[in-house]
Amino acid sequence: MERAGYVIEPFVRDFLATPAGSVPRVATGLTARDRLGTALVRSGFRREGYVVAPGLYAVGLPGVQSPVLVTANYKLSFDALRAELAGVDAWMLVVDTRGVNVWCAAGKGLFSAEEIARQVKRARLNQVVGHRRLVLPQLCAPGVAAWKLRKLCGFSAEFGPVRAADVADYLRSGEAMPAMREASFDFMERLVLVPVELTLLWRPALAMLVAVLALSGLGPGVFSFSAMLARAPGMLAALAAGVIAGCVAMPLLLPRLPGTMFAVKGLWPGLALGLAVLAIWGPGAGIPGSLAMLLACLAVASYGAMNFTGSTPYTSPSGVEKEMRRVLPLQAGAGLASVILWIVAGFSGGAS
Amino acid sequence: MKDYRYLPGVTSLGYDPGKCAGCGTCVAVCPHAVFELNDGRARIVDKDGCMECGACARNCAPGAITVTPGVGCAAYIIKTWLPWTRGGTVCC
Repeated sequence: MERAGYVIEPFVRDFLATPAGSVPRVATGLTARDRLGTALVRSGFRREGYVVAPGLYAVGLPGVQSPVLVTANYKLSFDALRAELAGVDAWMLVVDTRGVNVWCAAGKGLFSAEEIARQVKRARLNQVVGHRRLVLPQLCAPGVAAWKLRKLCGFSAEFGPVRAADVADYLRSGEAMPAMREASFDFMERLVLVPVELTLLWRPALAMLVAVLALSGLGPGVFSFSAMLARAPGMLAALAAGVIAGCVAMPLLLPRLPGTMFAVKGLWPGLALGLAVLAIWGPGAGIPGSLAMLLACLAVASYGAMNFTGSTPYTSPSGVEKEMRRVLPLQAGAGLASVILWIVAGFSGGAS
Repeated sequence: MKDYRYLPGVTSLGYDPGKCAGCGTCVAVCPHAVFELNDGRARIVDKDGCMECGACARNCAPGAITVTPGVGCAAYIIKTWLPWTRGGTVCC
């Protein structure tokens, strides 16, 4: 099992001898180490380079008639598939999508018929199996013209289900039920997307913090440190409320919120949390200051909610562009009005 | 997925039934059940369910389906609008 210069991946159990050379056989159970890696990339850390080496893998004890499942080399995709293959004997052909998941790689043209054909030849798959069929993940279809594959590599392809959880059923029955072919977006699927939405925000959050501290100190005496300390917490709370409304509450409540546009859906939790902030900091802020806080919260909530379009499996680019052309000017206007009112409030002594 | 609807009447999806060979691949690849196979020919049954992923058009060998594919991502669309980030890669 040892070879000079090589380290064996922890998910490899052993190696199978085939006419095309030895093929690593992977475990179907995920270890604490796999789960830690998942948690890290789900939180936005180490997302680049979370990869497995492209090529052929085995799961169970596959033979010449066993199915060949194609997947991406993002380790999250690879783990999602093998974790669902307990009791299944199959080959896994991992193509090089440069560490991008199946659907996004297809959209970028990384998951393509040409790349699959390249890996089929590189693995000498025709020497490993007797049949000439590949099972593709359905969501690679935006990038993979399946009808081209036979000419490119001698293997024809069928589209398996959307979710790895349905692959074993699909292999047993040989067909995908309509429900296996539809994208889904249930509560848990939305929940796992929230952490990365938040960690990607650190840069704008830092810029906002600096801006709020600077603007909160402005007043009759040019800049007052005590005014800054008195006024900044309310505005920072309003902005944080906007982020929580737009990037946490809105994704979790998505199907229950009124409105079709995401920017509108974000307004409801934004309003609720904005009013809660005003209940605490409003009395000391005066009317312009309170208005500024509410507008800031609503603008951030609406913008954050609109940004969630990039994480869903159903928003069309034509639709998102139409929404943005309508609401971006309003969001920018609300943000600008908030800044002006906040400055006005500083000069009118609302913070004292 | 029928509980999740986005803006109607915007999709760039186009379909020429005259070119359809009836293979049914569009029905298989669409993650939103936009197509159905009827009497050996595909039919659009839920045009507003289309998210313009491009799977159907890419897998339509006779070229009966057209769509301008892309990602419905606000952050990415903003990037394509700004001159200094235009031409960059997709964000996700």
